[in-house]
Amino acid sequence: MGASVIRPLTLAALLLLSAGASARADDMPVIKVEMRDGVILPAIIEVPANTRFKLEISNTGQSPVEFESLELKREKALAAGSTSSIVFRTIEAGSYDVFDDFHPDAKAKLVAK
Amino acid sequence: MIGAFVIAFREVIEAGLIISIVLAATRGIPGRMRWVLLGVAGGLGGAALVALFAERISDAFEGSGQDILNAAVLIVAVLLLIWHNTWMSKHGREMAGELRAAGEAVRSGQREAAALAIVVGAAILREGAELVLFLYGLVASGTSGADIQFGALAGVGTGVLLSAVSYLGLASIPARYVFSVTSVLITFLAAGLASQAAQFLANAGVIDILGHTVWNSSAIIAENSWTGRVLHALVGYTDRPTALQLAVYIATIVVMVVLMQWVAIDKRRAVRTA
Repeated sequence: MGASVIRPLTLAALLLLSAGASARADDMPVIKVEMRDGVILPAIIEVPANTRFKLEISNTGQSPVEFESLELKREKALAAGSTSSIVFRTIEAGSYDVFDDFHPDAKAKLVAK
Repeated sequence: MIGAFVIAFREVIEAGLIISIVLAATRGIPGRMRWVLLGVAGGLGGAALVALFAERISDAFEGSGQDILNAAVLIVAVLLLIWHNTWMSKHGREMAGELRAAGEAVRSGQREAAALAIVVGAAILREGAELVLFLYGLVASGTSGADIQFGALAGVGTGVLLSAVSYLGLASIPARYVFSVTSVLITFLAAGLASQAAQFLANAGVIDILGHTVWNSSAIIAENSWTGRVLHALVGYTDRPTALQLAVYIATIVVMVVLMQWVAIDKRRAVRTA
């Protein structure tokens, strides 16, 4: 039993190490998104397809927000006044629904070209 | 007010369901409440820390810090759940009181309760950071009215209450069957958490294979519908799984079933030769 626990642990450690090794310089395009109390700006977020980019999300409103896309399997919660980013490795050209999980009416589209 | 209620309720129930399963699975282990409460406290403390340092965590590992942290937390929880189920297939019947010689089981039960306390902590840490951000945001902003704050607190209360009800439901299963039920629940729970961990690692760029979507069942059960969310919390349902998520999900179930069978056979042999 002991060995079977240790093996996945070693695997996890290796995976984490390879994460550090794959780190590269910060030279990717940055796309800015603003979220404000139930509004996502711009309503159509244009991003480059098939390349790394950084989505920089700012919560300029008074309430917490959560940027989420089920299609892209990403989510990020942001306190009022904070800015944070999501790095996308590569997404295929297309249109993806995004929404604010803390403001159910706030929707936008992320369009990769 | 309704919005705040729904969001708070939803976030609480996601962790609450996991905790109610863990509580049912540790029935009969003395002092388990202390361990579980310790897990809850540790998880809440950790969630507050994660919420507080959200930006710094995010920026670590080239912007993948949050994904790596989530994956690490989930992997720990999965390993402990695998260990739990394997242990249970050996000691479950003793815990259920069918055998007299439960002394050893009770002693190693302490280790068991401690392991599940960590699972509880991990569940809360993972789900709680968002809730902490949300609740703190409501209180700190000062712009939200009393009705919104009341809605959020009522949501937390209702979520805790429903978690308690689901625990009582599980606990009312006769002792002979309860561990069989929790074993199955925990197997699917662990598989779901493992596939989420795999997705976080894929998002972080650590795993770069099998990224294509296998199916899209969002028209049948949307992941952000109530059914979808409960299924997501319990069995890791996702409406657009990638091949990687599916492979990890199935592999986790296979590993857990094989380990449980192997330990059970081992035990039968030991009983026969004794």
